[in-house]
Amino acid sequence: MLDIGHAPIILDEPPRNDERSLGNGSYLDAVNVSAWFGSAKVLDRVSLSMPPSVVTALIGPSGCGKSTFLRILNRMHESIPIAKLAGEVRLNGTDIYGPDQRVTDTRKRIGMVFQKPNPFPTMSIAENVMAGLKLTGTKLARSDRADVIERCLTRAGLWKEVKDRLDEPGGALSGGQQQRLCIGRSLAVDPDVLLMDEPCSALDPTSTRRIEETISDLMHDVTIVIVTHNMQQAARVSQQCAFFLAELGTPGVIVEAGKTKQIFEEPADPRTADYVNGRFG
Amino acid sequence: MAVSADLPRVIHPGLPGVDRVFHGSTRSIAVLVLVIFGSIGAFLGYQAIPTFHRYGLKFLTQHDWQPRLNQIGILSTLIGTIEIALVALIIAFPLALGTALFISEYAPARIKSTLVSLIDLMAAVPSIIYGLWGALLLMPHAKFVSRWLHQTFGFIPIFKVDTDPHAAVWAQSRYTSSAFIAGICVAMMVLPIACAVMRGVFAQAPLGEREAAYALGATRWGMIRSVVLPFGRGGIIGGTMLGLGRALGETIAVLLIISLAFDINFRILQAGSSSISALIADRFGDATTNQLAALLTAGFVLFVMTLLVNTVAAIFISRSRSGAMTEI
Repeated sequence: MLDIGHAPIILDEPPRNDERSLGNGSYLDAVNVSAWFGSAKVLDRVSLSMPPSVVTALIGPSGCGKSTFLRILNRMHESIPIAKLAGEVRLNGTDIYGPDQRVTDTRKRIGMVFQKPNPFPTMSIAENVMAGLKLTGTKLARSDRADVIERCLTRAGLWKEVKDRLDEPGGALSGGQQQRLCIGRSLAVDPDVLLMDEPCSALDPTSTRRIEETISDLMHDVTIVIVTHNMQQAARVSQQCAFFLAELGTPGVIVEAGKTKQIFEEPADPRTADYVNGRFG
Repeated sequence: MAVSADLPRVIHPGLPGVDRVFHGSTRSIAVLVLVIFGSIGAFLGYQAIPTFHRYGLKFLTQHDWQPRLNQIGILSTLIGTIEIALVALIIAFPLALGTALFISEYAPARIKSTLVSLIDLMAAVPSIIYGLWGALLLMPHAKFVSRWLHQTFGFIPIFKVDTDPHAAVWAQSRYTSSAFIAGICVAMMVLPIACAVMRGVFAQAPLGEREAAYALGATRWGMIRSVVLPFGRGGIIGGTMLGLGRALGETIAVLLIISLAFDINFRILQAGSSSISALIADRFGDATTNQLAALLTAGFVLFVMTLLVNTVAAIFISRSRSGAMTEI
């Protein structure tokens, strides 16, 4: 095991044993990640450990690079032609940007839920859930198909609402239901990590609560990283928190990272205190 | 004054004068276009009345065009028109789809605009140039393809030709001037139209859905299959049908390639075919009054056909998204 050397966060649990158990969820470590769009640097040597059974929240004002950071974690960043990056992202110790890593495998293992619900509108609810398996060429017996659909939609907290209309188009659902469908769709390929980019910012409070419940249910199976602008949400759903900030003319950095309780109640940096207390941003 | 009863009020738009003038002038221009278009149809329809009166439905079922024998019918011409258009479509469709997908999904940004202008340039080349290309450059080579198709697929009736495909000294002229060769040439004119429409809808496929597919681990082709193609289905169909409209009406290139014949000919590789527009162009110069009326009637039939095809195409394009239903 390489020495990561920064280890900014030490949590009481789960115990971080040496072989890094693959039992439930996976370790995701970002090491000295920098990012550029063209010649503009947007992230400067950001390091963060995201352990399993812990929800990590990335907070910070708009334009601080937290979404860019999230997209680097599953190699979506490189889909933008002018985007560049430095550093490593390790999934259970293996650099996902390594030369023998396939981008499609990485994205399958590290799922993503986007800000705007984006179910495939031409597919039914059931087909949306199965889309990831179909796209990655995983063959399933017809009988297993129904099981996967029920299991994923149940985990996403949507099963009861849609079990009688699985053949209706996914686009006909409400915004909150669509977002939970997207979560269910991500779960179908059995990811190790689930990244969420402001998953509730387009939703009403009731739907937001449902998604937060879903996150709490999932956190023991899947490592979850969530970007949010909502401080209460970060406090409610996450156990650890990283505060990103890009001060005028400089690339984004993590000002402070640690247990959520500590970040909100006794932050070490005055800028963190100002942000979490709503004094700017 | 008391507020009147609880009835819907008349709302006055209260537009300023400039707006009203602009509104009025754009509306009259739009109406003018409709009037011109309608009058073309009305003129052709009016001119067609005497011919239909004289020949009745035989005008559509009679295949020979022999004004001297008073035999006037467009059946063989109609069949030839459709054959040429279908050959053009079968060749142009995969080319247009592949080109559009390459430009919108695969081509690096720096050559994208060059490719787009090249394809647009193809649409700007006058059809007489395509005709010369087809007759002088394509035909001498295409007859070998025709012979090969005859040798290989000769058991299918449409690929039959009235000659021995394996003869040592083969009848080359039997394979020239055919609907097949005219179709290849017309395909070059259909391609840019169909490609432009397809590229337009592919580029509109929403980024959110593209990213959703990628984030699930899709390959680029997987993303195209599950997002771009279902989204663009209306445009694929619509663009192809717009191209079909163009193919049906293509005149001069077809006239230069085919040798006009009025037999009912389903053998697309065999010399001799005809199309409505080529017939009109060929016979217009030395037509008598009656013949002219018959040619105008043929023109009316073509007008109605292309109008139908283009209308259906427009419906498909405008319903682009909703036209694509559940499937991966």
